[in-house]
Amino acid sequence: MDSAKTHEILQSAEFKKLVKTRWNISLSFTFVMLFVYIGFLLVIAYNKDFLKMPLGDSVNLAIVVGLGIIFFSWLITGLYVYWANNYYDSDVHEIKKKL
Amino acid sequence: MSLNLLLQISPSGPASTLGTANPVSIAIFFLFVAVTLYITYWAAKKTKTGSEFYAAGRNISGFQNGLALAGDYMSAASFLGIAGMVATKGYDGLIYSIGFLVGWPLIMFLVAEPLRNLGKYTFADVVAFRLKQRPIRIAASVGSLLTISFYLIAQMVGAGSLIKTLFGLNYEIAVVVVGVVMTMYVLFGGMLATTWVQIIKAVLLLSGATILVLLALSKFNFSPSELFMSVKTQYGSDMLAPGGFITNPLDALSLGLALMLGTAGLPHILMRFYTVPDDKAARKSVFVATGFIGYFYILTFFIGFAALALVGKDAIISLDKGGNMAALLLAENTGGSAFLGFIASVAFATILAVVAGLTLSGASTISHDLYVHVIKKGVSDEKGEMKVAKRATIFLGILAVTLGLLFKGQNVAFMVGLAFSIAASANFPALLMSIIWKGFTTKGAVYCMVTGAVLSLVLIVISPTVWVDILGNAEAIFPLKNPTIVSMTSAFIVGIIVSLAKPEKEAADLFESEKLRTYLGHGSEK
Repeated sequence: MDSAKTHEILQSAEFKKLVKTRWNISLSFTFVMLFVYIGFLLVIAYNKDFLKMPLGDSVNLAIVVGLGIIFFSWLITGLYVYWANNYYDSDVHEIKKKL
Repeated sequence: MSLNLLLQISPSGPASTLGTANPVSIAIFFLFVAVTLYITYWAAKKTKTGSEFYAAGRNISGFQNGLALAGDYMSAASFLGIAGMVATKGYDGLIYSIGFLVGWPLIMFLVAEPLRNLGKYTFADVVAFRLKQRPIRIAASVGSLLTISFYLIAQMVGAGSLIKTLFGLNYEIAVVVVGVVMTMYVLFGGMLATTWVQIIKAVLLLSGATILVLLALSKFNFSPSELFMSVKTQYGSDMLAPGGFITNPLDALSLGLALMLGTAGLPHILMRFYTVPDDKAARKSVFVATGFIGYFYILTFFIGFAALALVGKDAIISLDKGGNMAALLLAENTGGSAFLGFIASVAFATILAVVAGLTLSGASTISHDLYVHVIKKGVSDEKGEMKVAKRATIFLGILAVTLGLLFKGQNVAFMVGLAFSIAASANFPALLMSIIWKGFTTKGAVYCMVTGAVLSLVLIVISPTVWVDILGNAEAIFPLKNPTIVSMTSAFIVGIIVSLAKPEKEAADLFESEKLRTYLGHGSEK
């Protein structure tokens, strides 16, 4: 592959947009995940009683939130895969045609 | 960290056959070893080249790799340790396991795809991609080998103690057996054999734990809330809520960062992304791994509480203070001694698989990063490299056994935390910055990795974890139990400052041209 072609692709608006969108999504998802987990730790550190709130006879908020974070991890990872498979990959495919 | 597989066992517990030779577990264990060694024999025929030895010829599917990643990650420490923590401390055990899980989405968002596209066999490939090879390889090898060694010691000592309890086998013999069998997997079967050992182990562990939970829940009409009710009636509602585990917010944050970001810096985990054909498969494998690992931690949560409700806290603690025998006691309680034998042999298989993964990753660091890129300056014949890789495997096997014997009876529980701290501070920051930051330089990367590794080591020694709990001093010099918040932040800051101080033009130029490879997979290793 000649370097002029490479240069052209690297400088193209669609390639730049691809990279930018990729990191916008990745970094936002990362911050959401960090926020959820660190927020959880900080609530435990500062306000345990809040998490002791009963929900029904035996289950409390802590159990729901704890298991909820596991479900959330699945969800957000799945969302990323869905986005990457359906949008990112097709953009990559388009750009690759020019190589 | 008290993920203690540190078993302080009284040889024969009350009303349990633990510690005596169980025919079922011995039979299943021999079957496991026979099957996996047969796979190793099969894999050996397909393992000739470097790409086959290190990366299973990049022919593992995304789903298979996802299972293998889960297998690599679900150690006996998490199976027995977290179930035990829930069984003795209640809800606090879940806080730990969540920390271990949430690192996986971050691997997905930040490193999995670029890692697969840029690298060849080790994560140092990615860091060194546009920087100067030798200094980066040396610094990255230090981080890798430290992480692997501490993780390995914790696993080997845990293995010896565990097997002694499970099978009534002598500690030394147990350590040697683990060392010999895992060395054979890696030496002859390379990544292909190691991957299939991980997959088999993951399937056994997940199905064993599922059956255990179902058997236990059957005593509560399959209603989790009845199980929680029983715990609440017997031990009070505090057992079901966060307790004394997190009191100091900074400590909590530091541990959280270590668990979360350390996962994205574990060399044996990162290495697995080279076993799949492309970045799409790498992506899928993280999703599959996250699913299985999350499911597994939900199971351990129920196992812990079910053991608490059915076996009882006193019986669990009388056998092992850390509660590590909770899952096994529950297996015996719900499924009799045959089922106990099954779960015990699964735990043994788990240890074998994890140490094999660690050893392979250590051998790759020695042969690929140090031998080829430092000693041979990047020019190597495949034969010579394979020879070194195999010798490194034997060396690491012997080292693992030696360390396992040396640290017998020592408190090594903190070493898992230390391994995660080094991974989060030395490996992860350099890997991330090399992927996303154009201005990152060779010098910046080296200083970043060295800062992370040295600070983790020094701070853990003067922290309450070692300075007070192990060395017996009255007060710790460094207040936090886990150093990551300081060591990782410093590594990032040092890496950024040193890079900004003296830009490296060639590295910045290469950053642009490597983008085709990072984002399109153009020119990636096939």
